[in-house]
Amino acid sequence: MEAVNLLSSNRYTEKQIGYLFISVLVNSNSELIRLINNAIKNDLASRNPTFMGLALHCIANVGSREMAEAFAGEIPKILVAGDTMDSVKQSAALCLLRLYRTSPDLVPMGDWTSRVVHLLNDQHLGVVTAATSLITTLAQKNPEEFKTSVSLAVSRLSRIVTSASTDLQDYTYYFVPAPWLSVKLLRLLQCYPPPEDPAVRGRLTECLETILNKAQEPPKSKKVQHSNAKNAVLFEAISLIIHHDSEPNLLVRACNQLGQFLQHRETNLRYLALESMCTLASSEFSHEAVKTHIETVINALKTERDVSVRQRAVDLLYAMCDRSNAQQIVAEMLSYLETADYSIREEIVLKVAILAEKYAVDYTWYVDTILNLIRIAGDYVSEEVWYRVIQIVINRDDVQGYAAKTVFEALQAPACHENLVKVGGYILGEFGNLIAGDPRSSPLIQFNLLHSKFHLCSVPTRALLLSTYIKFVNLFPEVKTTIQDVLRSDSQLKNADVELQQRAVEYLRLSTVASTDILATVLEEMPPFPERESSILAKLKKKKGPNTVTDLEDAKRERSADVNGGPEPAPASAASTPSPSADLLGLGAAPPAPVGPPPSSGGLLVDVFSDSPSAVAPLAPGSEDNFARFVCKNNGVLFENQLLQIGLKSEFRQNLGRMFIFYGNKTSTQFLNFTPTLICSDDLQTNLSLQTKPVDPTVDGGAQVQQVVNIECVSDFTEAPVLNIQFRYGGTFQNVSVKLPITLNKFFQPTEMASQDFFQRWKQLSSPQQEVQNIFKAKHPMDTEITKAKIIGFGSALLEDVDPNPANFVGAGIIHTKTTQIGCLLRLEPNLQAQMYRLTLRTSKETVSQRLCELLSEQF
Amino acid sequence: MQFMLLFSRQGKLRLQKWYISLSDKEKKKITRELVQTILARKPKMCNFLEWRDLKIVYKRYASLYFCCAIEDQENELITLEIIHRYVELLDKYFGSVCELDIIFNFEKAYFILDEFLLGGEVQETSKKNVLKAIEQADLLQEYFHIMAL
Repeated sequence: MEAVNLLSSNRYTEKQIGYLFISVLVNSNSELIRLINNAIKNDLASRNPTFMGLALHCIANVGSREMAEAFAGEIPKILVAGDTMDSVKQSAALCLLRLYRTSPDLVPMGDWTSRVVHLLNDQHLGVVTAATSLITTLAQKNPEEFKTSVSLAVSRLSRIVTSASTDLQDYTYYFVPAPWLSVKLLRLLQCYPPPEDPAVRGRLTECLETILNKAQEPPKSKKVQHSNAKNAVLFEAISLIIHHDSEPNLLVRACNQLGQFLQHRETNLRYLALESMCTLASSEFSHEAVKTHIETVINALKTERDVSVRQRAVDLLYAMCDRSNAQQIVAEMLSYLETADYSIREEIVLKVAILAEKYAVDYTWYVDTILNLIRIAGDYVSEEVWYRVIQIVINRDDVQGYAAKTVFEALQAPACHENLVKVGGYILGEFGNLIAGDPRSSPLIQFNLLHSKFHLCSVPTRALLLSTYIKFVNLFPEVKTTIQDVLRSDSQLKNADVELQQRAVEYLRLSTVASTDILATVLEEMPPFPERESSILAKLKKKKGPNTVTDLEDAKRERSADVNGGPEPAPASAASTPSPSADLLGLGAAPPAPVGPPPSSGGLLVDVFSDSPSAVAPLAPGSEDNFARFVCKNNGVLFENQLLQIGLKSEFRQNLGRMFIFYGNKTSTQFLNFTPTLICSDDLQTNLSLQTKPVDPTVDGGAQVQQVVNIECVSDFTEAPVLNIQFRYGGTFQNVSVKLPITLNKFFQPTEMASQDFFQRWKQLSSPQQEVQNIFKAKHPMDTEITKAKIIGFGSALLEDVDPNPANFVGAGIIHTKTTQIGCLLRLEPNLQAQMYRLTLRTSKETVSQRLCELLSEQF
Repeated sequence: MQFMLLFSRQGKLRLQKWYISLSDKEKKKITRELVQTILARKPKMCNFLEWRDLKIVYKRYASLYFCCAIEDQENELITLEIIHRYVELLDKYFGSVCELDIIFNFEKAYFILDEFLLGGEVQETSKKNVLKAIEQADLLQEYFHIMAL
């Protein structure tokens, strides 16, 4: 309270002490704040410049939000009022700047902005300096308002730069004219693109050239301050040149100037030169020029005693790397890594990994580099790096053998880093067979090598090695017993860690129980990874700058999927007595909680899970083709676009079926209001009963949700239901429709019969309505095996030795519906020369024949 | 500029000016870390270093370290000159300034700094003008002192 009283006194000392006290000890005590603000307001309103100065200083030093609320309107007025003293103007400008920085929303743009720009022309250079600072910050948020400042700034700058050393008197600092102001003006110019007005642009270019020229002249004073000030202006000018990136000759000159600095005696200048060159390297004009200095930079890397300078050299090497010098640079960085500071090792590792991958012409070199990296700085090789190596090795067939060999050799070193064991384990597991021929790397030796490191490794590595062992069991049957012994040993089966124990038990069982075929399928070679953005780049961005989306979750998901050695063998479907009851399929798994019975008997779904069926989008392109693909098969991807993937898995038995629809969110953003709807025409509804449960309306990024559809075929039908999916992604509304491949042939049950029976029935079904024939051109190559597979996939039994012509295909089956069962016979006659087929369908119901013929004709 | 610190060779803080709002605890932590880092550097090393996401510019004058923290886009060399200009101001005002002057007249040091920098930016680059403003303030003080007697 005393302090506030002091504020209102008229004596300067007391006021000063009061303000000092406030600046140091202010807190959010609201009573006091109001009083303080009042006192400040009085001072501001008083025309006494000293008091105003004190008040402004206090506001600037404290800069709290309450003060901003109170004074943000006042201060601009003071700033542009004609009768304010210069010193007060300066303080006002900077005070406003401070308030703007803390609470940008409380400082409104008004007509004072143009007046502020005019301050750039003021006589008093102090005012100009303050105004420039203010405008620079404001212009970053509102560039349009302050566009006029550009030309003023340029003219001011050129006046300063070309002035003789006596002109500016006190503002000349060690023979450099107004260095601070020049730097500030140059910073202001960096907020804007190069000026369009050619006159202004010409002046600016002249200015910059003058600055560059002055740098070449002999120094006017021996003092370091002179050179520092001069060079400060020079570096800022170079930053501006780089920012504009438009005048090639300026860029080249700047680059040469920096090149000279690279070898300067003063460490400061070398540091700054390296830093500026980093930004120069990314500009296309000067990239070549930068590369000429590579030797100097490498030398700097080796000989500099200051670690921060060395770090800058590494950054520059990274920036200037391209195809021509990649190998050299990577080699240098690797040798630097051996002696580098621990705090920067991880960054260098990431950079080397990125460079090696980007510029690898020969992937063997890439593999070598990464293995070296692991050898030298294993602890700092993060997960993403070696995931990436694995991805690349798997995607490229040519390098797999080389990778296996190199890894094998590297593992023989007595002390291996754990990451090397991980990589080695994985690669040998996948591709060990490529080097198994050589007696030095026979399977048993490979196994022993890996196992010797087993006990030294951490749990995740051991888990990976166990997977490798089971892969070995598949690849090399001769080591099977050895591996089984290992798995059987107590240390695995009774291991304290759950994951290891589980793996050991499961793998042991798998190796004993499964036949070689199943084993081979389960442990098949990893398919190539889909191309995706390197997660290493993302990790580097994260280290260097915050707030970048990473793809780590992708990589991690992939990892967890493959370490388990691929999909489990599909459970052998239990043979259950078909009972056409509501209990479907009778598979071991208990059916999901009974679906709430749909209100109407027809099995309408539109009501079950969508409140308001919005307009259904037209069928997505490619829907017809996909539909056709699914006639003869039950599993696969039905639809895919940038955002969503729809997969299907279905099973049918007699007249019942169950379809699992998998919706995968391919993006990293949530889908909201996710509503899939099944739409059937009225006709279809009576013949086909579909029941399903609602799906969670929120689908997380990268997640997959499942929907179960229970199907019952009441009677034969021709149309197909449409699956319509609506959801919100980001701010947009998405609407997708695809045809759902539930077709009549799904309810086709194959029937074996002898030749006579076939012909007997064929004759029975001889009335014209019962037969449908279609002659059509073959759409796909006429391969016998494929055709047979399609017919079987269609649902019919393929009967051999029935048709006198061995080239013809004959099939028989029964369509099961709830009401009836319809026997069907088909005969497909190919004509290879004409590339045509004749398809004949005979069933007891005309519509069935029609539909089946339609469906089947599309397949060939 | 985000903040400026002055400290001795033994790590004792002589002056601190913060241009951003931070809690007391954070200020102490930053000060401690930074002082340690800078004192660990050898004499021939360059005057700039990267620390957290800021650039630190420091210079040693006799027994005092002057240290400024600036943002990424700011010019380091000019900051070095800001430090030098501040030292010159102190020198002119106190006449051959030494650490003791700053210890005993720290409020004057703050006043001079406030005339020179405001809100983290250079306010007045003319040495003459800054010193004139300080002289005026001093005169006012004396005037009121005399009047009060």
